[in-house]
Amino acid sequence: MIPAGFEYHRPGDVASAISILQEYGDEARVVAGGHSLIPMMKLRMAEMGHLIDLQAIDELKGIEIGAETVSLGAMVTQHELITHDGLASAIPLIREAALQIADPQVRYMGTVGGNVANGDPGNDMPGLMQCLNATFELSGPDGNRSVAAREFYEAAYFTAREDEEILTRISVPVPDAGVGQAYEKQKRKIGDYATAAAAVMVGNGTASVAMTNLADTPIWSEAASTALAAGDVDGCVAAMLDAIDPVADNRGPVEFKKHVAAVMLRRAIDRAQSRAA
Amino acid sequence: MNDQTMTPEERAANLKGMGSSRKRVEDVRFTQGKGNYVDDIKLDGMLFGDFVRSPYAHARVVSVNKDAALALPGVIAVLTAEDLSPLGLHWMPTLAGDKQMVLADGKVLFQGQEVAYVVAEDRYIAADAVELVEVEYEELPVLTDPFEALKSDVVLREDLEGQTEGAHGPRKHHNHIFTWEQGDKDTTEAVLAEADVVAEEMVYYHRTHPCPLETCGCVASMDKVTGKLTLYGTFQAPHAIRTVVSLISGVAEHNIRVISPDIGGGFGNKVGAYAGYVCSVVASIVTGQPVKWVEDRMENLMSTAFARDYWMQGKIAATKDGKITGLWCHTTADHGGFDACADPTKFPAGFMNICTGSYDIPTAYLAVDGVYTNKAPGGVAYRCSFRVTEAAYFIERMIEVLAIKLNMDAAELRRINFIKADQFPYQSALGWEYDSGDYHTAWDKALKAVDYEGLRAEQAQRIEDFKAGKTRKLLGIGLTHFTEIVGAGPVKNCDILGLGMFDSCEIRIHPTGSAIARLGTISQGQGHATTFAQIIASEIGLPADDITLEEGDTDTAPYGLGTYGSRSTPVAGAATAMAARKIRAKAQMIAAYLLEVHDDDVEWDVDRFAVKGAPERFKTMKEIAFAAYNQAIPGLEPGLEAVSYYDPPNMTYPFGAYVCVMEIDVDTGEWEVRQFYALDDCGTRINPMIIEGQVHGGVTEALAIAMGQEIAYDEMGNVKTGTLMDFFLPTAWETPNYITDHTVTPSPHHPIGAKGVGESPNVGGVPAFSNAVHDAFRPFGLTQSHMPHDHWRIWKIANGLGMHG
Repeated sequence: MIPAGFEYHRPGDVASAISILQEYGDEARVVAGGHSLIPMMKLRMAEMGHLIDLQAIDELKGIEIGAETVSLGAMVTQHELITHDGLASAIPLIREAALQIADPQVRYMGTVGGNVANGDPGNDMPGLMQCLNATFELSGPDGNRSVAAREFYEAAYFTAREDEEILTRISVPVPDAGVGQAYEKQKRKIGDYATAAAAVMVGNGTASVAMTNLADTPIWSEAASTALAAGDVDGCVAAMLDAIDPVADNRGPVEFKKHVAAVMLRRAIDRAQSRAA
Repeated sequence: MNDQTMTPEERAANLKGMGSSRKRVEDVRFTQGKGNYVDDIKLDGMLFGDFVRSPYAHARVVSVNKDAALALPGVIAVLTAEDLSPLGLHWMPTLAGDKQMVLADGKVLFQGQEVAYVVAEDRYIAADAVELVEVEYEELPVLTDPFEALKSDVVLREDLEGQTEGAHGPRKHHNHIFTWEQGDKDTTEAVLAEADVVAEEMVYYHRTHPCPLETCGCVASMDKVTGKLTLYGTFQAPHAIRTVVSLISGVAEHNIRVISPDIGGGFGNKVGAYAGYVCSVVASIVTGQPVKWVEDRMENLMSTAFARDYWMQGKIAATKDGKITGLWCHTTADHGGFDACADPTKFPAGFMNICTGSYDIPTAYLAVDGVYTNKAPGGVAYRCSFRVTEAAYFIERMIEVLAIKLNMDAAELRRINFIKADQFPYQSALGWEYDSGDYHTAWDKALKAVDYEGLRAEQAQRIEDFKAGKTRKLLGIGLTHFTEIVGAGPVKNCDILGLGMFDSCEIRIHPTGSAIARLGTISQGQGHATTFAQIIASEIGLPADDITLEEGDTDTAPYGLGTYGSRSTPVAGAATAMAARKIRAKAQMIAAYLLEVHDDDVEWDVDRFAVKGAPERFKTMKEIAFAAYNQAIPGLEPGLEAVSYYDPPNMTYPFGAYVCVMEIDVDTGEWEVRQFYALDDCGTRINPMIIEGQVHGGVTEALAIAMGQEIAYDEMGNVKTGTLMDFFLPTAWETPNYITDHTVTPSPHHPIGAKGVGESPNVGGVPAFSNAVHDAFRPFGLTQSHMPHDHWRIWKIANGLGMHG
């Protein structure tokens, strides 16, 4: 668990970070909280000559609560997501999910931007952001652009982000009053990735359903969401089971994961419905 | 203080002796981050070692090219078996009478096996150089199943080819290590043939790992001027390590100083010798510089000593009323690539023959076959005495299986088969003499404490509710009554590498009435500095706070066999009491002289000798200590010190009654421990707070083992659980609350009646958790399901019983 040598950069603004990425190309990676990248470096499964630490970039920080939209800086930590009162009342689902990520020590360092940008199918925030229909703001050499969370994930660790782009902020539409929300996660222990996790919003004739760690990307299912919006829970679960594609691992075989996926989804739906107006 | 105005009770309380929940003196430094562990040791000119390890479980090593690594600036050396072979150090003896490769000698037998050892000027360069060593492998067929291994043509240990005799008798196959038989086969089989009822089951206790928080490591420092080798390391048996290092390196034993500094948990993992120690010693001798080697977590889990991996086929016979008449067990023991079990020499399957447990079973037979496979070696006693957890799990599962067959309540079945209090000392059918016990009292107390009848009524209601579709959660009541066998042990039948398993204590009283004591054991978190001072305090009447304890430095401490198998209190604790009594005997003569009476005319009174019939005339131990250094006493040497080497006459047999109440979600396989009650009888209790802490820690490790922790391999011999993401180590979150309780049945042969407690909670905890899972599903037809009971395996039980529609 000893990483290979690397140069450490600590730019003060996004433009500087992008120029370092441009200068070193494949040799450079940005690091946010480091909980995915640093273990990979210690295992020498990720080796790069230049590590660009985003900690000192103020423009990547802060939570802004608007009437229609919440804006989360990429470097906002899970701990900040949990302790921000305005966020908890605007979108309680984010706090509920963040509380189920890892443990307090990890959450002090782990960031929402790193969680969504890394493309790790085990991470909780990507599925959550798809459920919430969030938009990711990207900055690169050619300027800024936005990508919907539901369009962002291509395969495990492959996303719509270009190598020289940095994910800077996340815009999340504030759900309408009366929309019930719930995040349900089964895991083996504290600190584990989900065996299966479900994010659900339902109410006012609308619904959105996404699941985590049951395919090589998070799965937001339009069919499942539509079915639930129409009040068809069985149809929602069936559509979601059709959409996921879990693989066997130490958590268990495929048939177990599919069964648990359905259980998590039904429980999340139950709880979200009970919270809906 | 300490004068006539205080009552004897007040004076005793001031000593903080036995029975006091004295706070741990070690915690002052540990809670401030001031401990001194191996990796904290920094010596001038220190070099760093790191291993090139095999990615394959079974492969021939065709070539090792060091050139690129040696060309890296800062790399001092790259050692291979070829380099160690002229010294005869490319193999080393194991504690089990086998031998083990230090570095791959032509082939590798498990994933993570050491192939080359890199020495560099700093830790980072060493790691870089490991990447640059080019090893060419030729893959060989992999055997991960011990039953397959015994049938396979594939020869794992080519070095043993043609050897039909092993360290423990005949070898039946080229992948077979030993057969160990105990008890009476013919009579047992006759009993089984004639019995009213016979329950038969395969009980698998899966492979796991002690996983101490601190991994293994050492710093070897050869002083070329004095010729003295100092070896700092995470050693649970520093004196034995000194002897072993001397025997295999040729360095004279007086020129070797082994120091175990603070150790961050051992649990058996740090008993044996590892390649890292040998390579670091060689590297330091060759370079004349200190060499540090500390493994990382993955290396620890993949390559150092595992635990368990016993396939136990059992048959238990009983009358139709439930009286057990015989027990039969055949165990297939997966030992990995080398037999490196840490057991007393004459016990290749440890004390597995304690598998008749707490029950009066007239006839029994046990056979254990050891087998080589392509897995890491080890087989250590992970927070238990040698193979006692396996034995306890086996019998406690067989009791449950028999209860199912008899359609009896498992608590009642235990009760009618317990050894009775008046049967002690009890001769077991498999050869042990249990020293003392009162199982019925403990059992009744435990069942009453948890309201066993009430729990069964609640469970019956739950089953109704489940069948009626009102709940998806089952309730399991896990029962265990275990009997441990610890305190190895009598030198007449227990040795390791020929070293008798006595232990020792040396006590020196200082003139001002404080003291230092040194022992042959070494604490890894057990709190010896706290508890052994309490034994001395009670024995000689000096306050525990005024007694320093030292262990782990072979230049200063008396020889001992170390700390594992709950042997410290039974053996070294006894030595401590005996050494203290020698001091008290001399103190009596000094007191009599000072009081101008005959030796027999003074009597001991808490912290002083007083004249019989005249308690106002006394000399305190403090006064006596000063006199020992200040007075010329006719017929007595000056000074006040003693040493005791204690060879116990028997093992001790702690026991306990545990009850686990568990909620199980049949849809997800999730479980929750609602209640855990642990009654331990460890004989005389030295420090109740430390006992409680030991029980909490041991039950938590038991929870881990029963409910998820394992070293799992795929069919290629790849370790699937090599990180703490997949290897279950519970945090505070997963750890339930425990209720601890006790009875006290002193050991009749131990000087203070103590039996040892550190390992009981693991021995009793594992079957309690596992039985709770089984009990929840028993009404629906489950007889046996293998651990670990993680979510998917529990789900699989429910699925197999048709609970998912």
